[in-house]
Amino acid sequence: MPESAAPVTIVPPIPIGTWLETGFTWFKQTFDALFDVIGDLITGAINGIADPLLALDPLVLAIILALLGWLLRNWKLGVGTLVGLVLIIGMDMWEPAVETLALVVVATVVALILGIPLGILAARSPVVSRIVKPVMDFMQTMPGMVWLLPVLKLFSIGVAGALVATVIFALPPAVRLTELGIRQVDGEVVEAGQAFGAGPRQILKDIQLPLALPTVMAGVNQVIMLALSMAVIAGLVGGGGLGNEVVGAISTLNLARGFDAGISVVILAIFLDRLTASIGSRRPGHGRLRELRERFTRTPATAASAS
Amino acid sequence: MPAIEAHHLYKVFGRKGREGVKRLEAGAGTDELKAAGLTPAVIDASFTVEEGEIFVVMGLSGSGKSTLIRMINGLHAPTSGHVELYGENITAATGKDLRRLRRQRISMVFQHFALFPHRSVIDNAAYGLETQGVGKEERRARAHEALELCGLSGWDEHLPSELSGGMQQRVGLARALAADTDILLMDEAFSALDPLIRRDMQDQLIELQQKLGKTILFITHDLNEAMRIGDRIAMMRNGRIVQVGTAEEILTDPANDYVAQFVADVDRTRVLTAASVMEKPAAVLGAEQGPRAAHKLMREHQIPAMFVTGRDRTLKGYVTEDEVGRHLEQKDLTGLLHPVPGLASVSPDTSLADLFGPAAETPAIAVVDDAGRLIGVVPRITLLSALAAHAETDVADAPVTADDETKEAARA
Ligand SMILES: Nc1ncnc2c1ncn2[C@@H]1O[C@H](COP(=O)(O)OP(=O)(O)O)[C@@H](O)[C@H]1O
Ligand SMILES: [Mg+2]
Repeated sequence: MPESAAPVTIVPPIPIGTWLETGFTWFKQTFDALFDVIGDLITGAINGIADPLLALDPLVLAIILALLGWLLRNWKLGVGTLVGLVLIIGMDMWEPAVETLALVVVATVVALILGIPLGILAARSPVVSRIVKPVMDFMQTMPGMVWLLPVLKLFSIGVAGALVATVIFALPPAVRLTELGIRQVDGEVVEAGQAFGAGPRQILKDIQLPLALPTVMAGVNQVIMLALSMAVIAGLVGGGGLGNEVVGAISTLNLARGFDAGISVVILAIFLDRLTASIGSRRPGHGRLRELRERFTRTPATAASAS
Repeated sequence: MPAIEAHHLYKVFGRKGREGVKRLEAGAGTDELKAAGLTPAVIDASFTVEEGEIFVVMGLSGSGKSTLIRMINGLHAPTSGHVELYGENITAATGKDLRRLRRQRISMVFQHFALFPHRSVIDNAAYGLETQGVGKEERRARAHEALELCGLSGWDEHLPSELSGGMQQRVGLARALAADTDILLMDEAFSALDPLIRRDMQDQLIELQQKLGKTILFITHDLNEAMRIGDRIAMMRNGRIVQVGTAEEILTDPANDYVAQFVADVDRTRVLTAASVMEKPAAVLGAEQGPRAAHKLMREHQIPAMFVTGRDRTLKGYVTEDEVGRHLEQKDLTGLLHPVPGLASVSPDTSLADLFGPAAETPAIAVVDDAGRLIGVVPRITLLSALAAHAETDVADAPVTADDETKEAARA
């Protein structure tokens, strides 16, 4: 049939991308000054973390991180961390690795500062929840690299844009799992709080958040993992660090350098994952600090009686 | 002033609950509302609980008990009607006022414990005091006391998950007691416990109530439990309160077949007391009277023996027809008056179960008040017929539907 020969003509052109770009351009022009300030702040924060770390002797920092792994989890993570970090030093990837670490840390902190309160709001208000859900879906399913474009336009090449793209990409699990964690808290336990005359804020602080903590921490873990993967991709827009190394290796077809950088990313990923997973899986009701104090103040006698 | 007053409480779940209430007031039935997508959980419930009373709300699962109790402390807002605690309207209270009322007046024990799993046992027990703003030292001391009262000393620093179900429920009870509010709400607080522990907890609750003088609103789906602990019982069915009365009133005079059906299942011997089955003595002999008068009375009433009382009606003993007949010439009862054995003289609130032993020994049991005055007798024959009434209350068309029973089973 003649109609079916030209179906394209039936649907008018729908240039969603162009519309978005137009809106985006207006947005950029209107808030340009603001983005300059934000960009400076971000760059300052990341350098503020990376510079002191880099000022330390690599081996000293590696030992400190290994100790952290031991304290928060066990001696195995401590040893593994030390071995991994020494490998990174040996591959001459230390400086980019620390830069990436700084980027991941800042991105995670920002994502949590935005994501956890948003998750709390979503858990308390069905309206907020209904709005937040599709937005999070959109942010997460959009291929990560696409976020690089608007960010690049707003901040031009540099670490600030890389960070914003990383935050956007890593934010959803923080919101989702905070909301989920709070919603999962047994309704009768919350009612118990109300029945004894606790206010909404007390219930949030004393009941909902502590009980949601394992789930929230699972979200934090995911945020960190996503931030790490995006921080590497952000090497394309001048994110620096290991991403920069990867991009450089690709453009020069340098297989050795590519693998060095890639393996460094893997080591960082394992370290961060194990470290945060251990925080999430701890026993409820036992503060990490208290547990640590117990572990170190326990005399042989009390240790024997406790077991 | 009554501790709790519930005024025409309605709770209709669904979008247009208020319209549902209007239709109910206009005489619409539950089914009509259900067809319209509304759930009438509580319908026109009014009752008063006096200070220091244990008031039990009893009904099958789904009859609206939880919804009712949740309206008392404002966890649910009534669709219509209101609740007053010591004259203060808690239904109208919001925000700060509501929280103050809850802290000061009313605490709750939950069916599934609802303990805070991340807090130690003592911090759980101290929670009410924490919301009241009591300092840490004092609230821990008082929580510790409450835990001891509930038989939980030595468990302060454990987590709830390390305790058995019965112990967890006692933590729930300690949490409510430590808050030291005037009123305690208990929503099927013992239903999740196994029968032996449950019995034990019931006894402890009654003991605590006597010691502390709390007002208790207790919910249960078990009539035996209701009868054991309740000063008064409200029978609930499909959202309505169908009868309010003491255990005995409900047993001896069920308001309708529904209540009667429940009553049929109760172990009457544990609930009925000597006072509820005793009779006015057919004949009593004055201690100053002689054998002739005694003989005549016993002949008239065809009884083999009779009780003898003094001028002030205190029980002096008993005489038998045989002996009296052989000493008709005697002036007084010297040598004929036998003391009543301790077993055969009981107080009015002795339960029927405890009357069987003595009944086997003597044809009639004397019921005596604190001052030793004879207030009634329980002939052996009466005791037996009281038990027989048990069988008679079985009602032909059982109002307890299979549906209700499966629900009950599913809960358990
Ligand atoms: N939040 C609610 N929303 C809708 N219906 C409810 C709600 N809570 C209870 N109901 C309904 O109200 C009725 C009474 O429930 P409930 O008060 O829990 O009974 P009980 O405690 O006696 O078992 C039931 O039919 C139940 O399904
Ligand atoms: Mg219930």
